[in-house]
Amino acid sequence: MASYSTNEFRGGLKIMIDGDPCAIIENEFVKPGKGQAFNRVKIRNLITGRVIERTFKSGESVEAADVMDTEMQYLYNDGEMWHFMHPETYEQVAADAAAVGEAAKWLKEQDMCTLTLWNDSPISVVPPNHVTLTVTQTDPGVRGDTASGATKPATLETGAVVRVPLFVEEGELIKVDTRSGEYVSRVKD
Amino acid sequence: MTTDWRPTASPEMLRRRAELLAQLRDFFRRRGVLEVDTPQLAHAGVSAPALHNLRAGSPEGQQAETGFLQTSPEYAMKRLLAAGSGDIYQLAHAFRAGEQGRRHNLEFMLLEWYRVGWDYRRLMDEVAELLGMVLVPARPPLVLSFAEAFRDYLDIDPFEAGVAELRAACEDAGLSVSAAMAACAERDTWLELMLSSLVEPRLPDDRLVFVHAWPASQAALARIDADSTPPVAQRFEVYYRRMELANGYQELTDAAEQRRRFLEDNRQRRARGLPEVAPDERLLAALDAGLPPCSGVALGVDRLLMLASGADSIEAVLPFPWPRA
Repeated sequence: MASYSTNEFRGGLKIMIDGDPCAIIENEFVKPGKGQAFNRVKIRNLITGRVIERTFKSGESVEAADVMDTEMQYLYNDGEMWHFMHPETYEQVAADAAAVGEAAKWLKEQDMCTLTLWNDSPISVVPPNHVTLTVTQTDPGVRGDTASGATKPATLETGAVVRVPLFVEEGELIKVDTRSGEYVSRVKD
Repeated sequence: MTTDWRPTASPEMLRRRAELLAQLRDFFRRRGVLEVDTPQLAHAGVSAPALHNLRAGSPEGQQAETGFLQTSPEYAMKRLLAAGSGDIYQLAHAFRAGEQGRRHNLEFMLLEWYRVGWDYRRLMDEVAELLGMVLVPARPPLVLSFAEAFRDYLDIDPFEAGVAELRAACEDAGLSVSAAMAACAERDTWLELMLSSLVEPRLPDDRLVFVHAWPASQAALARIDADSTPPVAQRFEVYYRRMELANGYQELTDAAEQRRRFLEDNRQRRARGLPEVAPDERLLAALDAGLPPCSGVALGVDRLLMLASGADSIEAVLPFPWPRA
């Protein structure tokens, strides 16, 4: 089993804490001049997203978490699981709702996503920064009112609801920033 | 193209560093304390189990030229004192393996000085004067005994409480520790954890804080006051803005007791799986010949500059910290 010593601790390192894979956010070396050295570590639990602080005796070793980020293509949702495929190996994995989380509302078939795999199973899914989606429902806008910056809600093909300018109409394609959930622009086919 | 040839300290910081060194030398010149310059590479290392020596050796295998980079100039300075130097100070580079972080650099600068015939309380006053000159705290120093610090901030008696009670106090304070730390059976390790993780963050930051009268088990090279109950080490630590700045002792002058502590260090080293370090026989011989009663203190100059300049990382005050040295 791979492990890391506290002196290898640094931001981004993936370790096992209380049975869950975690990522180190911050590592502070603390040592009284004449006493035992400690590492005060801020850690994000990659399953729950919760951030905790934990203090280790310097020199301890901690089990490494077999966690890796992989680019995969979103295939389809079978009503329960979201299925993804590796573009080169064609290997497929299925992610449950807990792993997909908020990403679900941005997932469009064929789009490339970043999956975090722990022991080869997905624990989180990050959609592309920008996705292009069809507007399936929005109220008719008022012609000529393009400069006021006023917006209205629009429902997209994935079920996501975003604020769009008044001139955007049903059936149009729009580009959305998934990090902020904000409308970016219209997209012409 | 690599950019790590560049210094991490700004030109302004290098100027402040030079000014600080001049100010410190002037402080001791005015007081008639002699500046000394002892070897950084010596035949003996330090046995204290919490300090890790860096060894230096000739790659050509000249075995006569291997040695220890000093973790502090203490042993050499005590030999000077035993030889009759009188009051001395030194601005010395020191090396401690494994110490790297926001407040630590493998190689750092210590200001270490000794006052012959002084007790440690008098030396505490001089430390406060020197730090007052550089840092200008808003209020006079706060002086707490080790027991008071734990009682005032954590409501626990550090001399009486057992490991289970100390562990419970950490839990109550919301301090989450690793399984290995939770299983630790050494009282002193728990006290060190609590001091650095729970007491230090609670110290006031508008004045210097002196913590003195340490548990005898953490005496290091300090004299133990056998008349007090429980017996305490005549040792003090100085903090400013929740950062440990200096560590001082009324110096142990008894050669037999010093030898016993070196043996105890190595017993602890064996228990922790650390290499043993041979006692410094020249230091012991000097103590045998007679170290005059004295008090001494070592102060981190890089940290002092951090505090004086408001830098929040030691890298900002060093031209080339270890990662780019």
